[in-house]
Amino acid sequence: MNDLALPRTGETAAASIATAPRPRRRSLAYLQAAPLALVFLVFLVVPLLLTGIVSFWEYNEYAITPALTLQNYTDVFDGCLSADLCTTVRTYLSTLKFVALTLAITLPLGFAIAYFLAFHIRSDTVRMGLFLLCTIPFWTSNVIRMISWIPLLGRNGLINDTLRSLGLIKAPIEGLLYSDFAVVLAFVHLDTVFMIVPIFNSLARIDRSLIEAARDCGASGFQTLWNVVLPLAKPGIAIGSIFVVTLVMGDFVTVGMMGGQQIASVGKVIQVQMAYLQFPAAAANAVVLLAAVLLMILGLTRMIDLRREL
Amino acid sequence: MDPFSKPSRRTLLKGAAALAATPVTGFPAVHAAEPVTLRYLGTAVSQSADIARKVKEDLGITLEYIPVVTDEVTKRVVTQPNSFDLVDTEYFSLKKIIPSGNLSGLDAKRIKLADQISSVFTKGEVSGKRIGDQGTAPRKVFYLEGQTGKTFASAPTEWLTLIPTTYNADTLGIRPDLIKRPVESWKDLLNPEFKGKASILNIPSIGIMDAAMVVEATGDYTYGDKGNMTKPEIDRTIKVLIEAKRAGQFRAFWQDFNESVNLMASGETVIQSMWSPAVTKVRAQGVPCTYQPLKEGYRAWAQGFGIPKTLSGRKLDAAYDFINWFLSGWAGAYLNRQGYYSAVLETAKAHMQPDEWAFWMEGKPAEKDILGPDGTLIEKAGATRDGGSFDQRMGSVACWNAVMDENTYMVRKWNEFIAA
Repeated sequence: MNDLALPRTGETAAASIATAPRPRRRSLAYLQAAPLALVFLVFLVVPLLLTGIVSFWEYNEYAITPALTLQNYTDVFDGCLSADLCTTVRTYLSTLKFVALTLAITLPLGFAIAYFLAFHIRSDTVRMGLFLLCTIPFWTSNVIRMISWIPLLGRNGLINDTLRSLGLIKAPIEGLLYSDFAVVLAFVHLDTVFMIVPIFNSLARIDRSLIEAARDCGASGFQTLWNVVLPLAKPGIAIGSIFVVTLVMGDFVTVGMMGGQQIASVGKVIQVQMAYLQFPAAAANAVVLLAAVLLMILGLTRMIDLRREL
Repeated sequence: MDPFSKPSRRTLLKGAAALAATPVTGFPAVHAAEPVTLRYLGTAVSQSADIARKVKEDLGITLEYIPVVTDEVTKRVVTQPNSFDLVDTEYFSLKKIIPSGNLSGLDAKRIKLADQISSVFTKGEVSGKRIGDQGTAPRKVFYLEGQTGKTFASAPTEWLTLIPTTYNADTLGIRPDLIKRPVESWKDLLNPEFKGKASILNIPSIGIMDAAMVVEATGDYTYGDKGNMTKPEIDRTIKVLIEAKRAGQFRAFWQDFNESVNLMASGETVIQSMWSPAVTKVRAQGVPCTYQPLKEGYRAWAQGFGIPKTLSGRKLDAAYDFINWFLSGWAGAYLNRQGYYSAVLETAKAHMQPDEWAFWMEGKPAEKDILGPDGTLIEKAGATRDGGSFDQRMGSVACWNAVMDENTYMVRKWNEFIAA
């Protein structure tokens, strides 16, 4: 079209405005999306590609050399075909256990808090105030929030000392700290708010007349919750679950500190390998972890069509 | 859009930046040409503000500390050799660092006190007596074939890999008040008596050597070289650790200095692998803690200064000046007062009080209260140092921190232990 219109420039401009508004608007849209796309490209896609590439490289104590070897992956799954569980399977099972436990607690807890905030608080100011209250723990760092549990839970910690002085126990309860319990406790403490926020957002957008209609039709409180509120809160639940799953899957600081470094996590394996300059092995582990997390998110989005619900 | 009608936000910002920058760029020009700054890569433990202040006073050299953890030091030297001018690293890391070719050998002729460096490094001897050689003993990696050589020389040459800064002999820390009986052997670390009250460090290359000390102490097996195990030896050691872990022997594992202090001070553990300054810190909290000498000997470590290959001109001269200053006594005395050992003991002695020297180096009871470099009370008069004199402690070294040939395999097995 440009070629044809070349001789008369004035007409071209007029024609292109008249006949081609669509492409221009579309290119504008692309332009608007470009900054974010660029950020994703530089900080997400490129590092991921590099990680993928390096996972096929060879390495020794002081150098990594470009190659195409599957050795790093066979190392990850070394011994997995034998009867005894291999390190990787054990590690993932342990991590999945924490994912399940954390989800099982943060989901009802997060939903209950969000429900209370959305439906039981009448004043918007109070609601916002309470909502902000939920975020106060985030004013300090993750690690500090975790460390603060240690004097409480330890062998000679506050809880054990109190119980002992009350005469309720004779020997301190050892399992409070450096145990699965401590890890789950910390995860619930750290991650519940990631459940609250998206669920609250979903609940806040529910048309109140729907609930009135349900009540008018004779639905009980539980029926309203189960048949009206819960289905409409699905996107929030899904997003919250994705947050929690990814946070727990990739975590190694919480598991390390609260588990007394005795509980394995995929992140810790990767960290140790990085520290010993085994970058390709770490990259292979990272790729496997990424695949596992993506599969879980895929499963979640299968259950709830986020695109449609939003 | 008329560019002159109103200033855009960008030009405004530029103006503001220029205004803000003016006093900063203008000010130091007066003596900017004189002082040299050395970027000093190492662990926080060895980077003291007192040393930086003193060297600034004496030589006019500014030290810019880059504090990272031990493994990170190695990683930096291998992957970012231009990010520092001077590195303080462990001798065992040299097996990774030297083949990378990123460090330059130090010219022994430019180190004034090179021939007075402790025989622990040059010959592997203490007062003429051979000490344990297993693992990456500094003696084995002390000399280079050439300035840019990538292989270690077996006989003395004029090129040194690192100039030693500090070294020490590590053992187990115990809580004598909670154990209430003498501990004499490494095997007590895995003694079921201390079930749920023991700890080992979660740094694979060091943790596995502590485990090897235990295995040898029980008499089950004698290693060819605890610091360079074969695959079956690694399997055997990890198996012992896994059995202990499944039986609930360990309360926790620790990875950094402060974790080890907290575990011990809070009574979570009563026996664990430990570092000497951590024991001092537990005691400083008023909690009894002993750095227990054991009959099988110590696991020793040493670190020293290295310079990157790319260092040249005034910075290179400054690095040599600083290293010479470091060996000349003040810094050595400073380190000895913290319970470490310095490379040239004679010069450090000249900077210490006779009673300090007797306490720290000769293992004699303190004549009067022993103060740390910062003036805090470390030991009351009459106390003796755990493990005794320099000759007794360094003379009983059994093995050195190491990087094994089977390092990759070892790390994999260690991860298996953690996951068990």
